[in-house]
Amino acid sequence: MALQDVSGFQDTPMSHRWNTPASLSGDGGVPLHFFIPTPQSSVPFRCDNRHTSLSSLSTSSSLPTRRPFPLSHGTTTLAFVFQGGVIAAADTRASCSGLVACPTAQKILPIHSHLLVTTSGSGADCMLWERILAREIRLYQLRHGRRLSITGSAKLLSHMLTRHAVTDMDLTRSPVSDRCGPKLFYVCSDGTRLQGELFSVGSGSPYAYGVLDGEVRWSLNEEEAISLAREAVYRATHRDAYSGNCVDLFHITAQGYCRRDREDLREEYHRERERVLKRGKERGKKEKLIHV
Amino acid sequence: IMFTTQVYGDNGKMKEYHYTGPVEHRFSPYSFNGGTVLAVAGEDFAIVASDTRLSEGYSIHSRDSPKCYKLTNTTVIGCSGFHGDCLTLTKIIDARLKMYKHSNNKSMTSGAIAAMLSTILYGRRFFPYYVYNIIGGLDEEGKGAVYSFDPVGSYQRDTYKAGGSASAMLQPLLDNQIGYKNMEGVQHLPLNQEKAVQLVKDVFISAAERDVYTGDALRICIVTKEGIKEETVPLRKD
Repeated sequence: MALQDVSGFQDTPMSHRWNTPASLSGDGGVPLHFFIPTPQSSVPFRCDNRHTSLSSLSTSSSLPTRRPFPLSHGTTTLAFVFQGGVIAAADTRASCSGLVACPTAQKILPIHSHLLVTTSGSGADCMLWERILAREIRLYQLRHGRRLSITGSAKLLSHMLTRHAVTDMDLTRSPVSDRCGPKLFYVCSDGTRLQGELFSVGSGSPYAYGVLDGEVRWSLNEEEAISLAREAVYRATHRDAYSGNCVDLFHITAQGYCRRDREDLREEYHRERERVLKRGKERGKKEKLIHV
Repeated sequence: IMFTTQVYGDNGKMKEYHYTGPVEHRFSPYSFNGGTVLAVAGEDFAIVASDTRLSEGYSIHSRDSPKCYKLTNTTVIGCSGFHGDCLTLTKIIDARLKMYKHSNNKSMTSGAIAAMLSTILYGRRFFPYYVYNIIGGLDEEGKGAVYSFDPVGSYQRDTYKAGGSASAMLQPLLDNQIGYKNMEGVQHLPLNQEKAVQLVKDVFISAAERDVYTGDALRICIVTKEGIKEETVPLRKD
């Protein structure tokens, strides 16, 4: 790494992966692992449909060529802050106007050990901007000798997005454990950048908000927070047609992020049915299960 | 965030029978030439298969236009969609492969080709190549690899993928037969080469039955460490 040598950056390679600094001055000595996106862990993928060719090309040069294929983004992603750090959860269905293009997409991408991005929107855009962001954060780190703060990286991302006027993209960034504790930002391609403690993005977000708004509090413990996030995604996938398949859960603490195994929500559905049947039996009358 | 799809009219189709109002005709830079591509990755092999029909609207331009292109000794790409963009894209990929070979003195690996293709496609984010790509080949360890793309460059590695006009029909069948999805209590047998080739043939025969843009013949490219073997199987011509 030429810039690294020139800047005299202290960097001890910790693993076979690309250089991960052992410590950064003034950051409490927490190692910062950069995540290099590999093809296995890519984001939602759009559009496998057969198409019809488009019928009109606008004559005015300001409008872009209308694509013959739709790029769509139905999804449910959520993140919230609590006393134990930040929980980020998302479904894994990548859909494209009615077809499930990929049932095992990954919508939460780690940028480095303390920064995750949940993505919603066009898959190619999310993949690319996430790589660009990782590169910019790494360059900042090499040039200035310290990690870019979470607020700073949210600002960087939102300025890059607005400048390039990328359409249809929303990212929730769930970073943690700055010197200032856990932070959560919502960044949108139209330039919105909001800090908050609870965000949910995507077509299934209204359903997720319904579950989360009632239960999220600062004093949750880790188990409760994880099961709450899972419940919210499950309810959203149940009601929203464009969300589904599995749920990905990430938990970020001061030590870094840890990822739970991907859970198939079909199991959750069966558990729910058993619970409902049991409750019906206890009440002594037959429970009629209505599925909408 | 809701999806943004709009229903586009189609240049190739006939107008509705009872429509009598004014119709605006504009030049469209895109056209849809049909075709289906499929790729399956095994333990030490990869299969890329495509039909060979080139159509436009109600016409068939050619019955012998395969959509698999050999890139290196270990990688084959299948491109379906707009034939003009398929040709240009494969030319660009070939040129980039040569450049890489000359500057780095080795062939590009499948993973590297996939990453490069993603950036090539995204370079035209606002006037995309109307091509559905699937790359099949062997990775550095000799295992089968399939990379599937969307038209603007989003990609991921899969075990199997169908793309093109009949993809919505073939993908669920592959999910069931290769991925053993939605089957309870079934033993998951690893896929061997003969079974995979037979499955691909059966799947395309079914696709030709129900998809008008798929048919005529099937070209199968089997990539193993010995090289690339090609096989042609006739399909329905109607």
